[in-house]
Amino acid sequence: MTAAEPLLTADGLCKSYGSTPALDGADFSIRPGEVVAVMGPSGSGKSTLLHCLAGIVVPDAGTITYRGDELSAMNDARRSALRRSDFGFVFQFGQLVPELTCAENVALPLRLGGTSRKEAARAALEWLRRLEVDDVAAQRPGAISGGQGQRVAVARALVTAPRVLFADEPTGALDSLNGERVMQLLTAAARDTDAAVVLVTHEARVAAYSDREVVVRDGRARDTARAA
Amino acid sequence: MRPGDSPRGVRRSRIQDLAMGVRFAVTGGREAWVRTLLTAVGVGLGVALLLLTAALPHALTQRHDRERARNDMTYTSLAEHRAEDTLLIATVDTTYRDQEVRGRLLQPEGRRPPLPPGVGRLPGRGTMVASPALRRLLAAPEGRLLSERLPYRVTGTIGQDGLVGPDDLAYYAGTTGLAVSAGAGAGQTVRVERIHAFGSVDQGGTTDPVLVLLVLIVFVALLMPVGVFIAAAVRFGGDRRDRRLAALRLLGADAATTRRVAAGEALAGALCGLAVGAVLFAAGRVLAGRISFYRVSVFPDDLMPAPALTALVAVAVPAASVAVTLLALRGVVIEPLGVVRATRPPRRRLWWRLLLPLGGIALLYPMIGQGPDHGDFNQALVVGGTVLLLMGVTALLPWIVEAAVARLGTGAPSWQLAVRRLQLNSGTAARTVNGIAVAVAGAIALHMLFAGVDGSYTRSSGNDLSRAQMEVYLPAADSPAEAARRLTAGDAAARATPLSVGVLGERAREPRRFLELTVGTCDALREVARVPACRDGDVFAVQDRSYDDDTLRTAKPGRVVYVDPGSAGSAGLAVAWRLPSGLKKAHTRADPSGYARGGVLVTPAALPAAAARALTGRVYVSLDRSVPDAPEIVRNTVAAVDPLADAREYVTHTESARYSSVRTGVFVGSCCVLLLIGASLLVSQLEQLRERRKLLSTLVAFGTRRSTLSLSVLWQTALPVGLGLGLACVVGLTLGAVLLRMVGATVTVDWADVAAMTGVSAAVVLLVTALSLPALVRMMRPEGLRTE
Amino acid sequence: MCILTRMSIGHTLLGLLESGPRHGYDLKRAFDERFGHDRPLHYGQVYSTMSRLLKHGLVEVEAIEPGEGPERKRYAITEAGVTDVARWLATPEKPEPYLQSTLYTKVVLALLTRRDAADILDVQRAEHLRLMRDLTERKRTGDLADQLICDHALFHLEADLRWLELTAARLDRLAREVSA
Repeated sequence: MTAAEPLLTADGLCKSYGSTPALDGADFSIRPGEVVAVMGPSGSGKSTLLHCLAGIVVPDAGTITYRGDELSAMNDARRSALRRSDFGFVFQFGQLVPELTCAENVALPLRLGGTSRKEAARAALEWLRRLEVDDVAAQRPGAISGGQGQRVAVARALVTAPRVLFADEPTGALDSLNGERVMQLLTAAARDTDAAVVLVTHEARVAAYSDREVVVRDGRARDTARAA
Repeated sequence: MRPGDSPRGVRRSRIQDLAMGVRFAVTGGREAWVRTLLTAVGVGLGVALLLLTAALPHALTQRHDRERARNDMTYTSLAEHRAEDTLLIATVDTTYRDQEVRGRLLQPEGRRPPLPPGVGRLPGRGTMVASPALRRLLAAPEGRLLSERLPYRVTGTIGQDGLVGPDDLAYYAGTTGLAVSAGAGAGQTVRVERIHAFGSVDQGGTTDPVLVLLVLIVFVALLMPVGVFIAAAVRFGGDRRDRRLAALRLLGADAATTRRVAAGEALAGALCGLAVGAVLFAAGRVLAGRISFYRVSVFPDDLMPAPALTALVAVAVPAASVAVTLLALRGVVIEPLGVVRATRPPRRRLWWRLLLPLGGIALLYPMIGQGPDHGDFNQALVVGGTVLLLMGVTALLPWIVEAAVARLGTGAPSWQLAVRRLQLNSGTAARTVNGIAVAVAGAIALHMLFAGVDGSYTRSSGNDLSRAQMEVYLPAADSPAEAARRLTAGDAAARATPLSVGVLGERAREPRRFLELTVGTCDALREVARVPACRDGDVFAVQDRSYDDDTLRTAKPGRVVYVDPGSAGSAGLAVAWRLPSGLKKAHTRADPSGYARGGVLVTPAALPAAAARALTGRVYVSLDRSVPDAPEIVRNTVAAVDPLADAREYVTHTESARYSSVRTGVFVGSCCVLLLIGASLLVSQLEQLRERRKLLSTLVAFGTRRSTLSLSVLWQTALPVGLGLGLACVVGLTLGAVLLRMVGATVTVDWADVAAMTGVSAAVVLLVTALSLPALVRMMRPEGLRTE
Repeated sequence: MCILTRMSIGHTLLGLLESGPRHGYDLKRAFDERFGHDRPLHYGQVYSTMSRLLKHGLVEVEAIEPGEGPERKRYAITEAGVTDVARWLATPEKPEPYLQSTLYTKVVLALLTRRDAADILDVQRAEHLRLMRDLTERKRTGDLADQLICDHALFHLEADLRWLELTAARLDRLAREVSA
């Protein structure tokens, strides 16, 4: 592992939904090109940690620093712009726009960022090829399998060449074989582009694709690698 | 599985399924409850409108009957000779500010005079019976000027039988000294008559076919969107309902059972809707007695829905709601594990959709040119044709939306999201927009029809308001001078020009040539003609009036002419008069009312004294606008001179009040319908957003701007609405053109109306989008990302 | 099923002594009660283990009752013994199948000695994951045979990990039952 500066760090994050605390002083850090698994029982605050790190949710307390900038101090528009340009996302399911074809789905983040339609379509097809799903480019999400859909989602997450890829249970809806393939392709693609991956999962075999893991329990994240 | 397989057992279990649906609708938790409420309110609004429509025929008949019953001076009620049962009656209608007051002077000639409806005893001399609204007005401070004009003591109230509506201003006053007008010659308004009865018999079958056509089209054009709206209201919350039904399937219900449960739910909503509608209607009925809408007020008693129509509404609305529900479920397969929409619906075909509007035109086409002169329209054909044309909108729109969005390219992401969504599911969009399209098509056709039919009523009046603002009619020839004197003595009139008018003939009886006769001072004559040097005693003949050969041929110096010549019906005074040898020439000039007269102009000294009785008076009044209520003061002044006098205000344009009020009415009605439909658009929009909550959160997660999503929601509504409006314009203009051709009017399009209707619809779209934005922002919160 | 190594029996007995000096007989009974459900210790095992621990200075004989045999001796843990138990608890086991008994013993002992049992589980989880990462890496570079063999191991390790997680989630209840 390189000893490079951390890309994204979080200190003492707290976040409550109503009266239920989801995060209670969580710390986290990730370096470029690193794959970190965030593990923990359901309801422990894994997803909330991911949402905070990605700037989707603003924490009640604590700081998040991305490349030297304080994330929680940015306004919504700046965070949105950052998510468009620097971050990529893969969720468990239901993330592809059902009306758009797979190629259009992959091209969408580029188009949102202002890339020309032609250029976006070319990049989308290239990424679909890398994830071995270029044969479904013209299909709609409803017509393809779950494994294919998840690969399209990975392609969409990586098409903008993000520095950080956030994956929330990316194989949660897949069987082992499909899940494995998706993880192989995802980590390989991330390594190729030197993207950091925040991988939220409760499956050990998925977490095994990471470089290290962080366990969230009762809203606190502990970095077991550091403890060991 | 079922409790017994006997037919009765099966039937009982079916009823149980329905009952379960009803129970779900009422007790299925907050969500089901809200859904039922939405449906009930939606259906209720529709039902209230339907009940109102069902009540209209009765209300109109009642009003018409009472109007006829109080009619006087009709051919059948006239009496030739004085008798025990005759009554002299004079029309003394007046205008107070902008309200019409119906007034009659009554003078019994025997002991058994006829009684007007709603009046128990004839008012004695100097007293009157008045309508409740008039009594209120006279008692109120704002009625002070009117009470000065009506110098009668109120001794009674006209009952409902004698009034058309509760806001009618009407009175009957007792008087003496009336005499049936002796000279009934041309140009003289008959204002006093002898009658032996009130009311006219119903001639029947004489209703203006154009009017019938108008009424039919109003009904069809306003009720069709209501139907579309009810159909939409029944489907409120359908997606959630489907999911609930899927849960039922998991518990072992078969497909048929779920359908029946759904039908039960729809039934419950529709029944609640009926109740809501009945309450709304009852409330509206009470209100109707209190308010007057465009000068039309209705007695609550008159608003009685016809029992047959009420029964029809009570049966048809629930039946239709069940039918719509089952029809909507046809494209949906409810499986135990979820709802599956029939994947790719078959491509929509055009030909049968075109059949509907073409069929409509085919039904209407044969009646083109039948107009008022060529007999009645076939009502069934008119209704059928119109309904088919408007239904053509609902049938064509899904095809057009599908065909149009399939051709739309991809643009910005917001556009792309909206277009793709429409491409995949254009049916829903078209269905929600259908109501708007039908309403606008109907409204445009109605506007065109009204504008065309009433076009002849709206024209420049020719009145020259710079010279005079009022014209006073007086039955007696000697009173104009007196009236003018009193008017100029008061503050209200700056100037008053009195004239007397009558008719000349070349023979004493049944002349072939008629000449106008105008009597006045030189100054007064100069107001109505270009007169050279003039002195009292001069007589002039107008030389240059177009199409007035009679004057040129008859008005020769020394020739004998007859004032008020006799006609077939009446003797006339037929006063012989030799035109003086010094007959001078005069030239036309438009009088203040815009009329350029011909005939003979006479200064007072030149007219034989006997002829004066054959003349009626006119006074052109120039008002002092600085005096408040100047027109009312003028009316009061001339009423004091002669109670039978009438004073009219000049206007630059005469626009038929009926036309403008109906036009406004149709516009207001269309707006209400559009708002209703906007409500249903909003509900389905919110539903759709809720369904896509997770997707929206995901899109926000990877940095989609909120404006992009908001714009896509706008496009998603605006595109089908735009297409619907386009289609509505085409169909509406076609229907309007066909209808206008039917009544023989020229086809003109009032683009301002079309623009107004489409503008309101566009505003509705914007409103719906604006109202759904808060929900959209809520849906975009990251909470939607949380699994489970 | 109870495959405790010689070494771990020694650590277990040491751990049991931490709560107070005991006779050899008491030690056997306490061990059987908590860990030896289907295979009780022989006196001989207790005797030989204790003498080995005595030799290494991890225990000392506090008192000797009159008579013969190890059961008459009262043992107490030494400072070195406490340190040894702590080191043992903190060291993750080599991930391998049927590891639960040892882990279970460790967790119970940690609870008995008021140490952080969750730490033990976390350290073990990290160790498991480390092995799983190696296997996953070998799978990536190896042929199909390698992949199948690695998968077999991975699935078993995953099962262990699930047990670890489940145990972690139930630590509070276990602590109550153990101390009861």
